[in-house]
Amino acid sequence: MSLRIVVCVKYVPDATGDRHFAEDLTVDRDDVDGLLSELDEYAVEQALQIKEAADDAEITVLTVGPEDANDALRKALSMGADKAVHVEDDDLHGTDALGTSLVLAKAIEKTGYDLVVCGMASTDGTMGVLPALLAERLNVPQVTQLSEVSVDGGKVTGRRDGDTATEQLEAALPAVVSVTDQSGEARYPSFKGIMAAKKKPVESLDLEDLEIEADEVGLEGAWTKVDGAAERPARTAGTIVKDEGEGGKQLAEFLAGQKFI
Amino acid sequence: MAEVLVYVDHVDGAVRKPTLELLTLARRIGEPVAVHLGANAEDAAKILGEHGAVKVLAADAPEFAEYLVAPKVDALQAAYDAVSPAAVLLPSSAEGKEIAARLALRIGSGIITDAVDVEAGDEGPVATQSVFAASYTTKSRITKGTPVITVKPNSAAPEAAPAAGTVEQLAVTVADSSKGTKIVSRTPRESTGRPDLTEAAIVVSGGRGVNGAENFPVIEALADSLGAAVGASRAAVDAGWYPHTNQVGQTGKSVSPQLYIAAGISGAIQHRAGMQTSKTIVAINKDEEAPIFELVDYGVVGDLFDVVPALTDEVKTRKG
Ligand SMILES: Cc1cc2nc3c(=O)[nH]c(=O)nc-3n(C[C@H](O)[C@H](O)[C@H](O)COP(=O)(O)OP(=O)(O)OC[C@H]3O[C@@H](n4cnc5c(N)ncnc54)[C@H](O)[C@@H]3O)c2cc1C
Ligand SMILES: Cc1cc2nc3c(=O)[nH]c(=O)nc-3n(C[C@H](O)[C@H](O)[C@H](O)COP(=O)(O)OP(=O)(O)OC[C@H]3O[C@@H](n4cnc5c(N)ncnc54)[C@H](O)[C@@H]3O)c2cc1C
Repeated sequence: MSLRIVVCVKYVPDATGDRHFAEDLTVDRDDVDGLLSELDEYAVEQALQIKEAADDAEITVLTVGPEDANDALRKALSMGADKAVHVEDDDLHGTDALGTSLVLAKAIEKTGYDLVVCGMASTDGTMGVLPALLAERLNVPQVTQLSEVSVDGGKVTGRRDGDTATEQLEAALPAVVSVTDQSGEARYPSFKGIMAAKKKPVESLDLEDLEIEADEVGLEGAWTKVDGAAERPARTAGTIVKDEGEGGKQLAEFLAGQKFI
Repeated sequence: MAEVLVYVDHVDGAVRKPTLELLTLARRIGEPVAVHLGANAEDAAKILGEHGAVKVLAADAPEFAEYLVAPKVDALQAAYDAVSPAAVLLPSSAEGKEIAARLALRIGSGIITDAVDVEAGDEGPVATQSVFAASYTTKSRITKGTPVITVKPNSAAPEAAPAAGTVEQLAVTVADSSKGTKIVSRTPRESTGRPDLTEAAIVVSGGRGVNGAENFPVIEALADSLGAAVGASRAAVDAGWYPHTNQVGQTGKSVSPQLYIAAGISGAIQHRAGMQTSKTIVAINKDEEAPIFELVDYGVVGDLFDVVPALTDEVKTRKG
């Protein structure tokens, strides 16, 4: 039996660009380029390694996002994923974490899976909760925040580096895992990979296909509401000195003035 | 007054500082009821009571240490059922966020993560978040169910507020479905004797400019003279010069100390994401064009191997 891997990838505004909110206080996607969340490249990479170690495996990449989110899927396909699923619907605009987890869970169930692989967090919302929410919704083990992961004999094992300890984890499939950026550099798509990606199938789904009502998601269905977003005032320009032998002393003077010494 | 559940982060009953901050914030919206899972609740209850916990709901079960996250969600849900709180607050650690998310889903509530402030509002608690690498400040609230909010460390100064802190046992049944992820082994992190990175009032971080593991003692010496924690950029961590547990930034720890000193760090957006909310920022970098200088209250353009040791000596002299 083939190992069915679903990798969840998010399309996000480029973090090195100037990110803003739109008038309805959702992320303004028009004024900055979008891309595959860099932390999800690690998820794709680990899925590829799991596939390479398995006898028979197939990788589906899944995204919930606007039309342009297709770019994120293409990138993952060019890295080596086999096929893609894109959930796109106007009513999804403004969906929060709980709503996103509903849509992802339904799409994962529809696709069929043995293993779900996520990134540790998106680079825009940075909540780091979707993998746990998916495990709860799918009622399967959560094996999250892994810096090492492997799948063998119907089991997933991995290492989780927590705040106070490092843990070795183990769970039976099906399961949801998330991997950190310590799990290993993601490969670059090869020219061959990029060409091949163009021919790989991308299935498009909307809310009706997933039997989700419009009012369960989007801004209207959200469990949370953003009341205001203010750009952080620019920091007042600090004092900058050149070290000409006295830099350390001058800095000490400043720190003493601020009562840190 | 309405009760507010506060999830206690502790190591064997030694309560970590972010929990005391949560208690302080919880008192703005109601009466804090602490939930202590694991051993030594009596030890924890003393300090929790001193910081305003009217009650400590305690449960200890081997499953908390044997399986990942889900048994703790079962316990918190039992506490939720017992109390019917006005809100649930947890620390914004990786585990805190995962527990919060699963609880929110179970009780049909929304979730807000990484709040840097929580206040009472007309329509329930209002959370402040610092987003897009701290370039925006947002105010949000939860519109469905009981607000579940995770709060970043250093978001409030812990205040003493004596309360009963009576320990009550909480009956918890761990569901079979919560035993899916076994913790096969656990290796506690060795203590460095320095303050915890996320809790420290002062953090001194080194980056690629430190140029080798053998040079990190230069950073450590400054940190020790100030009683500070040591941080590192991802470049320094990836090069193997310092442990990942000390990484500051988007995929490392997020810190918000009174004073942050960056030495040999350029100030990439992902690094800023983890330190931009520090109260006072100081940088030492030999490149006057380094983006980190846009953030600083005080910057020294110079070689860190000259400036940092000179500063360390000066700190030691002044402290006597
Ligand atoms: C600045 C900001 C703050 C926000 N704060 C909140 C909040 O407090 N509460 C709230 O309910 N919502 C919040 N949202 C909305 C929330 O980010 C989105 O609903 C989001 O899709 C889920 O959370 P995340 O992006 O933080 O994902 P995370 O939980 O950080 O993502 C982890 C992993 O889940 C997978 N994943 C996440 N989203 C998708 C997707 N759309 N398609 C495929 N895979 C995905 C990826 O593998 C990703 O690596 C916020 C959004 C922004 C931009
Ligand atoms: C998804 C993602 C997540 C990331 N997460 C993080 C994160 O959590 N934390 C993080 O830090 N980065 C993170 N990064 C990496 C980040 O983009 C930068 O690459 C990194 O922060 C650079 O580290 P640095 O400033 O030490 O190195 P560099 O950018 O190389 O800067 C080194 C600086 O040291 C100065 N210097 C050199 N020698 C000296 C000297 N003798 N004296 C004084 N100054 C000197 C140089 O002028 C230079 O400015 C992430 C990147 C991605 C894509």
